Amino acid sequence: MNAVDGTTPKLVVQDATKVYATASGDLKALDRCSLHVNANEIVSIVGPSGCGKTTLLWSMSGLHGLTSGQVTLDGRRIDGPHPDIGIVFQEANLLPWRDLDANIRFPFEIKGQKPDRAWIDHLLHRVGLDGFGGKFPRELSGGMQQRAAIVRALSLKPQVLLMDEPFGALDTFTREDMNRLVEEIWLDSPTTIVFITHSIEEAIFLSDRVVVLSGRPGRVASVYPVPFARPRSLEIMATKEVFDLTNAIKMEIVGKRTSLKSAPAEPERVD
Amino acid sequence: MANSSDTIPQFRKSGGGDGQSVSLTNLSAFSGGIGVKSMAEVLAILAVAVVIVGGVEASLRLFEVPHYIMPPPSAIFRALVTEFPLIAPHLGHTLVELFAGFAIGASVGLVLAAVVTQFPFAEKVIAPYILLLVTTPMLALVPLLILRFGFGYEPRIIAVALASGPMVMINSATGFRRVDSAKIALARSYGASTLQIFWKIRAPMALPMILVGLMIGAIFGLLTAVGAEMVGGGFGLGNRLTTYSSMIQMPQFFAVVLILSILGILIYTTFFLIGKKWASWET
Repeated sequence: MNAVDGTTPKLVVQDATKVYATASGDLKALDRCSLHVNANEIVSIVGPSGCGKTTLLWSMSGLHGLTSGQVTLDGRRIDGPHPDIGIVFQEANLLPWRDLDANIRFPFEIKGQKPDRAWIDHLLHRVGLDGFGGKFPRELSGGMQQRAAIVRALSLKPQVLLMDEPFGALDTFTREDMNRLVEEIWLDSPTTIVFITHSIEEAIFLSDRVVVLSGRPGRVASVYPVPFARPRSLEIMATKEVFDLTNAIKMEIVGKRTSLKSAPAEPERVD
Repeated sequence: MANSSDTIPQFRKSGGGDGQSVSLTNLSAFSGGIGVKSMAEVLAILAVAVVIVGGVEASLRLFEVPHYIMPPPSAIFRALVTEFPLIAPHLGHTLVELFAGFAIGASVGLVLAAVVTQFPFAEKVIAPYILLLVTTPMLALVPLLILRFGFGYEPRIIAVALASGPMVMINSATGFRRVDSAKIALARSYGASTLQIFWKIRAPMALPMILVGLMIGAIFGLLTAVGAEMVGGGFGLGNRLTTYSSMIQMPQFFAVVLILSILGILIYTTFFLIGKKWASWET
């Protein structure tokens, strides 16, 4: 039970620790990381580069095993890819040899299911991609590719959507459009979303709570509730409360970064 | 205490910066090969051909170069037309050797590449031997093969298979080794099996390099077939080359050379068009 509002959390990460074996020795990416995500809640995870954000998300999705600790969905332990969990990867991750329709069909091919055409068409229309089914990824802009990836992830109606820095490669304006799109989709049909990002503005715009990870190895440093009403208009986003919250989180992350300066050089980028 | 099976998630940097983007259509030697051309380009290419062929013809006639040293293009074309019925059966023999040897060599090479890349240790063990096969001219083995198998098709087909197989294998292996962990993770997130990951992710990703391997393999196969025919046996285009040159029938000799060039261009064009249709996503 969640002490705060009495609901059972949808997704729980308990003492997640992850150590990678690398050529230069063991690399601890996560260290006793614990957090929970309630049903239909949007939680963002922010933190300095290389703090284990992607490792955390891959562990939540079951793509990675944990060295110790566990992830549970509705109380059941996750130890492999789970049909109720959808992932939106960095840089869209579309298959370049398939056109958009075939890319969206891909999960159904793997699962041996018939695609839900009506739902997919609805989603394509929702993100403004009707009529682009025959286009190949290289013919689409970065924003369109990422919208297609969102459709692909939502096509299986997952209960939990894990988004791994989905808009990191996009320009600021496209990114803001995409943020509004995610908010709209969520307002239409609320779902549980874990959103990893470098951008504190993006995290605050989208989230109910923002989780700050400390630098390597990743640990939950603090959790900030984001109490602003939705939809979060430009006016709301321009208020002093938002500004103060942004700064507070920024100060915390920068503070962690400077304190890391004396730490040994990082062998490889993991985020 | 580390989970050895997992690797740190890494993403392909945008812009294909992994230095492994290779395909038939973007290998520099081929770029602009037979792509879509404007009318002006086609005319310019034809004009150059006319100037070269005409220039050679004119200068050979002007300086009265004897035919046995260098026949003029007109004589070569005439020989090609009049001698073709005599050359055609030999062309058939060469094609049989090429197709049979290439089919065997390419299949073995492709399967070996697909299997071996799944087992890094096996790959490391096999690699030097494949390299040896690639770098040793298989023509050197032809006299030995003739001793063992006689003057029929067999030694030539074996030589073609030995020449083309390793080329297909080494290039395809490069293709199969191109692991994009994000794409494999995508497939795994939907519960894909190892076999599904192979057919739906690894194989399509490898296809451009496989096509490069098949093309180089086929060209090496042609080379080896003709070379083997020159070494021994009474038939095949290579045999025609030695026969015509020993009889100083240079127009006929060059007619055969022309046929070989056309064969090579056909091989290239075939794989180029296949690549354009099935592997153009990479460019």
